[in-house]
Amino acid sequence: MVDLISIGVNSVFIGNILLAYFLGMCSFLAVSKNINTAIGLGMAVTFVLGITTPANWLLYHYVLAPSALAWAGFPGTDLSFFKFIMFIAVIAAMVQAVEMIIDRFSPSLYSALGVFLPLIAVNCAILGAALFMIERNYTLMESIVYGVGSGTGWLLAIVTMAAIRKKLRYANVPKGLDGMGISMIITGLMAMAFMLFSGITLS
Amino acid sequence: MANKTYRKIITEGVFKNNPIAIQVLGICSALAVTVQLKTALVMGISLTFVTAFSNLIISILRHWIPRNIRIIVELTIIATLVIIIDQVLKAFLYDISKQLSVFVGLIITNCIVMGRAEAFALSNPPFASFLDGVGNGLGYAMILSCVGFIRELFGSGKIFGFKVVPDLFYAAGYQDMGLMVLAPGAFIVIGLLVWIQKIMTKE
Repeated sequence: MVDLISIGVNSVFIGNILLAYFLGMCSFLAVSKNINTAIGLGMAVTFVLGITTPANWLLYHYVLAPSALAWAGFPGTDLSFFKFIMFIAVIAAMVQAVEMIIDRFSPSLYSALGVFLPLIAVNCAILGAALFMIERNYTLMESIVYGVGSGTGWLLAIVTMAAIRKKLRYANVPKGLDGMGISMIITGLMAMAFMLFSGITLS
Repeated sequence: MANKTYRKIITEGVFKNNPIAIQVLGICSALAVTVQLKTALVMGISLTFVTAFSNLIISILRHWIPRNIRIIVELTIIATLVIIIDQVLKAFLYDISKQLSVFVGLIITNCIVMGRAEAFALSNPPFASFLDGVGNGLGYAMILSCVGFIRELFGSGKIFGFKVVPDLFYAAGYQDMGLMVLAPGAFIVIGLLVWIQKIMTKE
């Protein structure tokens, strides 16, 4: 249990998927102009990460990993080189399915998240989390916690950024540095702030 | 189509329309692999290969790809090329492929590759598309090497793993900047590079 909490805290703060591993930067820079859209996209990312990370875990450990197909009577297979293509397909399919399910059962949630869901299929944070989960040998439970945790971390980062950018509109930024340049430097300062959490250890 | 047009296609990608500095694409992976110059270079070359050949293949197939499913077709082509790169790196440069870890796989979701396929390859002949891919890949590699150079030089006093800062400096109290090796350093360096590029292109 402590293990899971530690992975959760770690993925939200210290190993923040955006600020420490630079994943999902493109949409982070593009969508952080407005707080409400930032919250919407952040929620959608958290949601999709929470679903696709365990889904990819199952796919990897029951189909792709070395000799994972033993249950089907094919011992000794190794399809792990295939993981990139399979993961991206699972993510795209999952996003599509989630979109349809939300549309059917919760129109209000759909109107809040719907616009962002198609964008997410190509967000590198989603594929990145799946690949990290394989590299770090998480169990199924850990991968769920890791997925939700990284999503929350991403949400936190993008909402903070949107809030800072709102204030920034009234600031006097040197010419040439405004826009992209200053956003990167602010992100750097945020990353520094998040690194301070690394003093916290749960054991 | 004279040689001049072809040369223009390449230089556009490297200078005028640099994917990272001007179009703000493909930042994610750009930052994570630039702690050392060596990994940055390998990553740049890999991406150039993928962009060039995905552009070439998509351009050859452009009359046969149905519009509705073109994203999936493009993703499949890109993912296949990335698998090839990943296997080659694992076979010949195992140490570097370990350091690049998940970021080779993340070339799939790199916006530059998709962006060039959508914006150029779908409406241009094969050879021009190939050159466009090479140009944009080289532009990306150039920024990556710049960031890698700065971070390795100031962060650990080395270039390509060789010590370049003389011991005399250290004896006189010079210290490596630990910040450069960490994540925030990358954000700040790229922010400043964008600033420089913006000032230079304006004149």
